Amino acid sequence: MTVTSLLVAKTTDEAVEAMAEGARPVAGGTDLVVGARQGKAALPDRLVAIHRLEELAGIASREGSIAIGALTTHATIASDPLVLERLTALADASAIVGSHATRAWGTIGGNVMNASPAMETGGPLVCFDATASLRSRSGTRSLAVADLFTGPGATIADPDELLVALEVRVPRVGTGSCYLRLEYRRQMEIAVVGVTAVASVDGERVTDARVAITALAPTVRRVPEAEAALAWGDAEGAAAAVAAAAAPISDVRASDRYRRAMAAVIARRAMDVAVARARGDVVPVPANQRYWGSAR
Amino acid sequence: MKVPATLDVNGVRYPIELAPNTSLLVAVRDAIGLTGSKEGCDDSECGACMMLLDDRPVNSCSYLALQAEGVEITTVEGLADGDELHPLQAAFLAESGVQCGFCTPGMLVSATALLRANPTPTEDEARIALSGNLCRCTGYDGIVKAVLRVSADSST
Repeated sequence: MTVTSLLVAKTTDEAVEAMAEGARPVAGGTDLVVGARQGKAALPDRLVAIHRLEELAGIASREGSIAIGALTTHATIASDPLVLERLTALADASAIVGSHATRAWGTIGGNVMNASPAMETGGPLVCFDATASLRSRSGTRSLAVADLFTGPGATIADPDELLVALEVRVPRVGTGSCYLRLEYRRQMEIAVVGVTAVASVDGERVTDARVAITALAPTVRRVPEAEAALAWGDAEGAAAAVAAAAAPISDVRASDRYRRAMAAVIARRAMDVAVARARGDVVPVPANQRYWGSAR
Repeated sequence: MKVPATLDVNGVRYPIELAPNTSLLVAVRDAIGLTGSKEGCDDSECGACMMLLDDRPVNSCSYLALQAEGVEITTVEGLADGDELHPLQAAFLAESGVQCGFCTPGMLVSATALLRANPTPTEDEARIALSGNLCRCTGYDGIVKAVLRVSADSST
């Protein structure tokens, strides 16, 4: 199919109106255009470019929560002081999306709505109880990001709904978090296996935990068994629970057996970093660089 | 069906006509005729097509040209000042950062973006920033040395 029109929207209303008429949104194009070329999905017949909608970009602190506009770029998120301090796992994830060229234009909204099982930002968002605001001509609805994903590349959003914002509850002080992935390359990579861990501590003791898996199931999702084990102080058991919950595919990047074996390793590392951060240790963002060693 | 558009490349405004699905890379190479930017993978893996949009790097093969209207586009042709090479270009020559040359335009643009964001990168930072640009000849050593040479020159 050939693209017959591309409208550059000047307002969100205009974009939503175009979507109601059948146009599909493009922001940074880093998934949409590449996907079209790889044959995943042809470019839509009609496009509405939303990249100029400044009202949908930016990070705002509200009482107890942080609102992130759908058009906020990965570069902005990865360098935002509030995200770095309070939502560290999200900064870990945003900092390793694509390359600096991807992060300069790719948006969190695109990452979420592309709904890849290997998406970097999904695990942190799910663990932080993020909600997504979907807007259409008939209004705006909010739902948990955890309920958004229905399968690889699929969400429950209607085709005319535009993701406009994400809202994340700020975890309590004494919480540390980490997103870590297995990768073959430092840039232009997506998770081979990814794990998010969030841990709240009271002194030395872990009191509450969240764990989510990436590229290990048809969607990013939490692993309650691993959360219970980690909250019990049993990181080893939690890592085993992650591996047990994994239902990975075999593809050109890794076999299912390899992914499952690595799931426990990455989970253990992510949990260790989350707990260390909760206790006040400084582990630089992205956490992945801990395992990069020297570049030479 | 083509639509009229104006792209501002290296300070020159080019009125052209484009199909809406045309990538920025194809627009700049084929419609405008600036062939310095290369199509390597056409898949955002290799970085050979990298350009700057208002100082921010973009893989132009995966960016729709019509979205680049109204911003300043810089390609490798825009780095030199007349016959005066950009310091990065001179350093690439001095450090043997070029062999076949296919990755070089993207490398230069990527390194330009890096140095604008971080004028004094460590070697690790330089290598990681350039990891989105593939080179199949040099082994990267000359390229990294060139970037660090420019960084050192500008900080003294």
